[in-house]
Amino acid sequence: MTEPVIDLKHLQKTFGQQTVLADVTLQIAPGEILGLIGPSGAGKSTVIKTALGMEVADGGEARVLQTHMPNRQLLGRIGYMAQEDALYEALTGAENLRFFGRMKGVKKAVLAADIAHVAAVVDLTADLEKPVAGYSGGMKRRLSLAIALLGAPELLILDEPTVGIDPALRRKIWSELHQLRDEGRGILITTHVMDEAELVDHVALLLGGKLMAYGTPAALETQYAVDSIEAVFLKAEGVA
Amino acid sequence: MRAIYIAQRVIHELIRDKRTMALMFVAPVLIMFLMKLIFTQSTTTSVTVATVGVDGNVRSALNAVKHVAVTNKASNAAAQHALKTQKVDAVIRQTKPAHYTVTYANTDATKTNLVKAGFNAALTANGIKTLKQTTLKLSQTVSQMATTIAKVAPQAAGSLKVPQTEPAAATKITDRYQYGDKDTGFFNKIVPILMGFFVFFFVFLISGMALLKERTTGTLDRLLATPVRRGEIVMGYMLSYGILALIQTVIIVLCTVGFMGVEITGTLAAVMVINFLLALVALAFGILLSTLAQSEFQMMQFIPILVIPQVFFSGIVPLDSLAAWVKDISYVLPLTYAGHAMTQIIMYGTRLSALGLDIGVLLLFLIVLTALNVRGMRRYRKV
Repeated sequence: MTEPVIDLKHLQKTFGQQTVLADVTLQIAPGEILGLIGPSGAGKSTVIKTALGMEVADGGEARVLQTHMPNRQLLGRIGYMAQEDALYEALTGAENLRFFGRMKGVKKAVLAADIAHVAAVVDLTADLEKPVAGYSGGMKRRLSLAIALLGAPELLILDEPTVGIDPALRRKIWSELHQLRDEGRGILITTHVMDEAELVDHVALLLGGKLMAYGTPAALETQYAVDSIEAVFLKAEGVA
Repeated sequence: MRAIYIAQRVIHELIRDKRTMALMFVAPVLIMFLMKLIFTQSTTTSVTVATVGVDGNVRSALNAVKHVAVTNKASNAAAQHALKTQKVDAVIRQTKPAHYTVTYANTDATKTNLVKAGFNAALTANGIKTLKQTTLKLSQTVSQMATTIAKVAPQAAGSLKVPQTEPAAATKITDRYQYGDKDTGFFNKIVPILMGFFVFFFVFLISGMALLKERTTGTLDRLLATPVRRGEIVMGYMLSYGILALIQTVIIVLCTVGFMGVEITGTLAAVMVINFLLALVALAFGILLSTLAQSEFQMMQFIPILVIPQVFFSGIVPLDSLAAWVKDISYVLPLTYAGHAMTQIIMYGTRLSALGLDIGVLLLFLIVLTALNVRGMRRYRKV
């Protein structure tokens, strides 16, 4: 078996008195999409921040692309998309892409081609020269995703990538994500949209900083004796 | 290299923001122009004085004093009424010979002082006039006596020489000004400090806001999710705002020299160096404080606490006469050093090499604040 792109072992994290992560162990193999689901405050963002090296776990180890995190240089090989759009509104789409491409360290020779490629993926080619301030919510989300795709990262970490995107485009983005997966990249994705959780290879359910369930969507549904991931979610939370 | 790209992006964003550009480049010129108007005006205060029973000679001497007008009142009651209804600024009343009582409105210290000085000058002038008349009478008496003696005893007259009084030549004073000309006033004194203040204020505010925005919109997080160094982000900001401060300085200098007739004795390059350094300090200061603010409004709240006091302690008001502990406050404010250096360059033509202390302290501020900033960004990313 190939080395995992994300290998989190027994992560512990506390902020003051509050335990945010309690013994979280997760792995993502190349060519796999892992969906991280859980209610707000379950620790999803902390898992992501630890994987990116923005936070350091109090216990356990985070290895990304066979490298101990935090590691600054490694960030060039990860595509990250946050919950916020995080765009420079005064700049055009193309300027945003160019700036973040340079920050990521995409080679000058391939930057223009790379920008054209990611813009085509999110269907923004026609709007690249417009200032972001004039973009719709969905367009900003797409541009944000395009930035994450710059530099052909081996690992994508996407925090709620499809919020505010209409169904047709959402389907397009998922098919793109599946294609990226088939190219052998690992993808960590958080989502609130439960039917999206059916589209991932493995689901990890995080609750109160603990990993409550892990498996393929089908396996989880069988384990909890329900017919959807949403029902798994509710059952695990103890609501249903 | 990434620092240059960040600087490029910051400048790009600013150029698109027309209002901020206007704030940085037009507002300082406008404020300086208004200040020039105000401070040039205030140099010609004039007062009206009511006199009661004051000797005519003294009165006309007082009236002759510049910017002092005299109105004679018949009674003290009339004079006091005029004072109360703000028709006059002071009442001078002669109670006995060589005894005056002066009542001031004292609502404006400048006017009170002008009346005091004017009245003193009038008394002196009157005294001199009396003295002159006495001298004239004396010399007339002496020459009359000499004539009488010549008639009575002609032989004695030969040995008696009456010194011929030379008519005193009018004293002439030629004024030479080391700096500026006869119109140089308070405005010229505060120009160097104001220049520094504008650079400090605008760079502090705009850069602090910009970094705050990066934090709240999440672009800082996204930036830190790339291999960029924390130091490169700070450097990028320094580069862009440094350039901006230079442009601002050039505009302010051109306007003050061109339209407001301010003389810059030293070199423009020296002025630029100090302002550039001050801009970097302001930037580092702005970035540091932006991390303590949660919103743009909270950033604004730093202005009365940390920016405005700098104006008062940086030399606009002379601090020499104040208590030692008040002066000590000024030593911890960066604008003090920049203001001092700018004053030296603009008014005395001092070279940069002679301003080692000011430059050194500014550099120290810069290094410490920058180190704190680079370190502070660890909160957002651990490497």
